[in-house]
Amino acid sequence: MYKSWWKIASVLLLLYTFVGGFLMDVPRLPALGETIRNLYFHVCMWFAMMILFTISLVNSIRYLRTFKLKYDIAARHYATVGVVMGVLGYATGAIWMSYTWGDPNNPTFESFSSIAREPKLIGAAIALLIYFAYMVLRDSINDMDKRARISSVYNIFAYAMLFPSIWIIPRILPSLHPGQTGNPALDMQDIDNRMRLVFYPAVIGWTLLGVWITTLKIRFTLLKEKHLM
Amino acid sequence: MAALKKITLFVLLMILSSVVFAQDDKEVMADTMRSNGRIYVLLAVVVTILLGLILYVFRLDRKISRLEKDK
Repeated sequence: MYKSWWKIASVLLLLYTFVGGFLMDVPRLPALGETIRNLYFHVCMWFAMMILFTISLVNSIRYLRTFKLKYDIAARHYATVGVVMGVLGYATGAIWMSYTWGDPNNPTFESFSSIAREPKLIGAAIALLIYFAYMVLRDSINDMDKRARISSVYNIFAYAMLFPSIWIIPRILPSLHPGQTGNPALDMQDIDNRMRLVFYPAVIGWTLLGVWITTLKIRFTLLKEKHLM
Repeated sequence: MAALKKITLFVLLMILSSVVFAQDDKEVMADTMRSNGRIYVLLAVVVTILLGLILYVFRLDRKISRLEKDK
């Protein structure tokens, strides 16, 4: 266990997220009800994913500048945990929308055709698939240096694709998903101030948990491949 | 002996019945866990899962640290 202060911070912030997130006062809105508390969980998954992908990008650039394999290994694992967070965000979003967007008189399956047209859903799916391709590409090359170089360059392109697929196009097209204009969840008028008290610590807590898991994976891989370093 | 048993049983059932009555009186008891649609029960479950996962990650961290020391 080293550098453990931020691990403790992550645990404390997450405990605060759960206790505060379940018990503190939230705005009463039609259709949303108590599910508004999903802001502390579903939205945080996506924030954590974006931050982890950014760290992955930084590591890829560092690899291309120094050609040290440890940066490539770090980039790969940050991307993997980012994808895990993204898949969790997708799954939680699927549950959430079934009970808020879905027509209560129609089963979810029948209102699916309108839900499946959501630009945010399609954009997020494209972004995740691009990162899946990164994993496949990286793990299919046997030569270590070639693998690191090609996948680092690809990772930069994958990150660049996040801009149109999850940040630009979903804001241009009409959508049921909130966060249509401005900067969702960061804008001053966008969310209630009571929710900010839990939301920002939650983002930090979830991200730190993701970083913690990633550092474990990186350290394990470095141990396993020590003879190659 | 049989009389003693009967009396014990009688007293026991008296006590039991008082427990049953406690359900419909309006006294404030320690029923935090049953208030607010039992949200606290949900909270306890979720926090238990969170702590379990964190404990797991923590132990993994310790194991990897030990491996790193051995090398």
